[in-house]
Order: sequence, then C-alpha cells, then structure tokens
Amino acid sequence: MADRMIEVEGLRRSFGEVHALDGVDLDVTQGTVLGLLGPNGAGKTTAVRILTTLLHPDGGRAVVAGYDVVRDAADLRRVIGLAGQYAAVDENLTGLENLEMVGRLYHIPTAEARRRAEAVLERFELSHAADRTAKTYSGGMRRRLDLGASLVGRPKVLFLDEPTTGLDPRSRLELWDVIRELVHDGTTLLLTTQYMEEADRLADDIAVIDSGKVIARGTADDLKLRVGGEVLALRVTDRARVPAAAGSVLGLGPGGGKVDNTTGELTIPVGPDGPRLLTEAVRRLDAEGIELADISLRRPTLDDVFLSLTGHAAEETGGGEGDGQVAAKRRSRKRREEGSA
Amino acid sequence: MSAVTTQEATAREPSRLAGAIADGWVLTKRNLLTYVRKPDLLVFSTIQPVMFVLLFVYVFGGAVEASLPTTIPYVDFLMPGIFVQTAIFSALQTGVGLAEDLSKGLIDRFKSLPMARSAVLAGRTAADTVAIVFQVVLMFIVAWLVGFRFHEGVLEFLLAFVGAVSVGYAFTWVAAFAGLSLKSVEAVQAATFTIVFPVVFASSAFVPAETFPSWLQGWASINPVTIWVDTFRVLTLGELYTEASEFDVRSLGTLLWMSAAWVVGIVAVSVPLAIRVYRRT
Repeated sequence: MADRMIEVEGLRRSFGEVHALDGVDLDVTQGTVLGLLGPNGAGKTTAVRILTTLLHPDGGRAVVAGYDVVRDAADLRRVIGLAGQYAAVDENLTGLENLEMVGRLYHIPTAEARRRAEAVLERFELSHAADRTAKTYSGGMRRRLDLGASLVGRPKVLFLDEPTTGLDPRSRLELWDVIRELVHDGTTLLLTTQYMEEADRLADDIAVIDSGKVIARGTADDLKLRVGGEVLALRVTDRARVPAAAGSVLGLGPGGGKVDNTTGELTIPVGPDGPRLLTEAVRRLDAEGIELADISLRRPTLDDVFLSLTGHAAEETGGGEGDGQVAAKRRSRKRREEGSA
Repeated sequence: MSAVTTQEATAREPSRLAGAIADGWVLTKRNLLTYVRKPDLLVFSTIQPVMFVLLFVYVFGGAVEASLPTTIPYVDFLMPGIFVQTAIFSALQTGVGLAEDLSKGLIDRFKSLPMARSAVLAGRTAADTVAIVFQVVLMFIVAWLVGFRFHEGVLEFLLAFVGAVSVGYAFTWVAAFAGLSLKSVEAVQAATFTIVFPVVFASSAFVPAETFPSWLQGWASINPVTIWVDTFRVLTLGELYTEASEFDVRSLGTLLWMSAAWVVGIVAVSVPLAIRVYRRT
C-alpha cells in the first residue's frame, strides 16, 4: 500500500475516564483530502495531536508517510505540517519573520528559508503585510499566516485542525480557496471540522467521528445516499408553537428529526416517501392550527447525514457564550491530562 | 536495515548538537525581538526596582540607617539586595512568556517541527538572561545616581555582576517550570510572586537580619538570598562590612562557595523539572 500516506489502526487514547479515541481506523491515499467530521469533544483534536507526534496513543498503530508516529517521531516531524485550532503565530514578529523562523526550525538554510517565506506570503496574499507585526493582522490574515507556516517545510502530509473555526464567512471562503489550491498541488491533507459545509467542499473522503469512534466513512455523496431520499424542512411562524409542531410531525419519518429552537426550523429525513409525508405534515399542522413560514423537500446535506447517524446535531446550534466556555474548559482540562509526547 | 539505520544515526550525530545550538539561537533571537517590539515589558519591569530603590533609600532609609554602623551609608548596604532582587524578579518573566506561548498554541507548533526538543527552553532562558543583564546594568546606573559607591576593586565588581546574573539565570528555570506547570499567565504571575516575595524580603536584602525576631533570623541565615546579598556586600563594601561588629558575616571564601552551590543546586533541580513538564505538555 505504497500510496497510503496515513494509516491508522485501532487507535486509542483516554484521559482519565474519558475515551477520547476508542479504536479509530483511518487511511488516507496520497494526494487526497480526508475530512474528519464531528462535534466538539468527538476526538478530532486528539487524533491530530497523535498523528503529529504531540501525544502518545494508549494503543493501536499510526503510520504517516511511512513513519510510525511513536517510534519514528523525529523523522516524521520533517515531513509534516500542522496548523492547529488557534493561529499559532508570534504576534510580536512580522509575517516574514514568523515564516523565516519556522523555516529555520525545519533546518532550511537562511537564504532559502527567506525565499520560501516570501513565496508563501505571496501565495497567501500577505506580501503587503510582510513587514508588519502579526499583532496588526486581522483574524483571517493570522489564519492564513498560520497555514503558511505549516507549509514552509513543504510537508508531504498536512494536518489542519478546524482551520476556519471562529472566522467570519468571508475569511472562511478565502481560506477554503487557499486550501483547495494546496490540494490541487498534490499535498495530502487531513482536515478536521465541525462544519458540514467545509467537509462537503474540501474533502474527497469523509470520516464521521463521534465519541472517539468512526461511525461512518465515505464520500459526501455516499454519505448523503445513506440518509436515503429527501429531507422535509419546515419553519414554524410562531416560535412558541415549535414544540407543538415537533410533537405532531417529528414521528413522520423513519428516524426522527431535528428541531432548531432558535430559527423555529424542523428537519425530518423522509426517505423515498417525500411527497406523501409532506402532504401529511401539512394536514396535521393545519389541524392543530400551526402556521408555517416555509416548507420544502430537499436533498440531504451532511448535516442531515450527521443527524441520522448520531441522533444529534454536529454543530451546537444556538450556542452562546456558555457553550464556548464549556468547550474551552474541556480543552484546557484535556491539555492538563494529556501525557508525554 | 539495522546497518543502514546505524549509519544514518552516526552520520547525523555531530550535526545534532550543532542543530540544537542553531535551534536554540533561532528562538533566542525570536524572544529578544519580543523585548525590542514590546519595550513596555522591560520598561515596567525596570520601573519596579527603581521604585524600590527610591522607596528604601528615601522613605525607609532614615530609620534603617540607625541600625547600621556609621561607616556604611544605607544606600551602599541596600544596593546589593536590590541587584539580587532585580535579577530574581526579572527572571519570573520566563514563566509568563512560556505560559503565553502555550496558550497561543506556539508550543504545539514548535513540538511538531523537526527542531531540537531543548531549544524552546534554552532559547527562552537565554533571551531572558540577556534582559536580566540589561536590567542589572540599568540598576547599577540608578544606584550610582542615588549615591551608591564601590569600596572594592574591579575584579570584585565583575564577580558581583556575574553573580547577580547567574542568580537570575537559575531563577529563569524555576520560572520556566512554574510557567509550564500552571499554564495560565495570571496564575504564573500570582504564584511566582507569592513564592519569591517572602524569600526575597525575609532576608538581609533590605534591612540587617540582626533586627529580625530570632525565629526569622534562623530562616534568614539559611535563606539563599541572604547568602547572595552578603556575598555582594563583601564584594562591594569589603572590610566596612566584614569588620563591623553589628554583623555576623561569613568569610568571603565561604560565601562564594555557598552562593555558587545554591545557584548550581537550583539549576540542577529546576532544569530537569522544567524539561520533564515541557515534554509532557
């Protein structure tokens, strides 16, 4: 299997009682993109940290670019690039200095490191800001610089851990363009994300991960086929009546559905029986006097796939400050517990 | 297969040390640039010891002078304590810097690169030691301005200077351990200050330890800060200090030996601890 750039078998890692990874198998063919899709706390970051030698697994085996992540860690670091969840750039250095520093730490000679740094800045449209400290960069620019830093060493395998989390929609689109271009150049990429759309747009292959296990594997289309047929989406005009509407129509499909309390939207996978169930839903809601703002049958999105696979939504909808804090706490607790690497 | 591996390993061996030094230098430069780009970091940590000098010389000085022999002006008694205090407090910045790198994900990035594992800590402590040199020099200037004078020779002066910086270097490793263990900038600042403050103040640094209650004198006499400060006093005041009947001073030879032993001891304990927690982070 010479063209396998990432091979993972039965990977396990626990933090105390929490099984962050509970027997994960993955493989990524050279020059392709694997999207590791899952909600916060699914084990995505743990997987990336193990594959980039930052963390030892408790069990199982992982080989990247032919190097075992534990035994050949030092050699492996020469051929990988990592861009983590936060833009890991030194904000007191300029864009150019940041990239030169990373180049030097890959042991690239000074002149060549500078040349590559300039090329990366050019490619990421940061040349105009090359001599400004990263402190002055916008969020999107920092992420591009961070992504650029992971490319200075011309890695064979690139790991991007939630590269667009926290970016505004425009910066996200820009970053997607850049990532697509990289892939076009033949870089093998493992990308984690909790955004369905991101996986849909960027990944050749998707592994859905939940509670430390891969629960589905395939292309976006394969996965959408799994939901089968169509999805009935409807929006209730009066938010107060959402629970009543949910009570009367969620049972229509073969596998429940999702209620979004903030938008008043209900989505129900309906299989091949779409038109009949749509009529039935309208009839039931009408009988209860619930008014609809919108109703439609559509092709399933990865969101729907995730829902039908796990029974819960991937993105934490309506997540305010509170959710973010819980996630941050979970991360910091994990960091504390993460052992040697 | 194994033959090839061995050959590769031996071929890489000499360049590994060179690589570690080069990586350490890259990070030292990076950390020094931070001081240049964020001068407020140095400015504010310099203002603090200057305030201490002014406070002690002009506010407490009059009262303390009464317990000193008439031959020793308070400022000459005080400044050795200030030099040690400046070096130690300045070294605490190492912990803050590492906690910052950790929280911004920079440590993760460094660990994923094919660089020497020692470089992050070596580069940080080296750069912070340069900052300590800068601050100690600045304190010598301030000391001179408020009337501090040397009573001994150039060699003694150089020894005192190198001594102060060595003490600071030892504490950068203590701070590195604290910074990587505690992980948050605020926690590191609070913890290191809480630990270091009583050690520095319950010593002969600012007032003669002879004025302490007896139980505190017991601690002060074994406190490394007292030993370092006494060493610097002997180096800068000479016989004015050793011959004064008010003080119970060890001989210079003993003091130098004990000072060096404390510095080496602190380094010997804190370096492995810091490296251990860095590997686990």
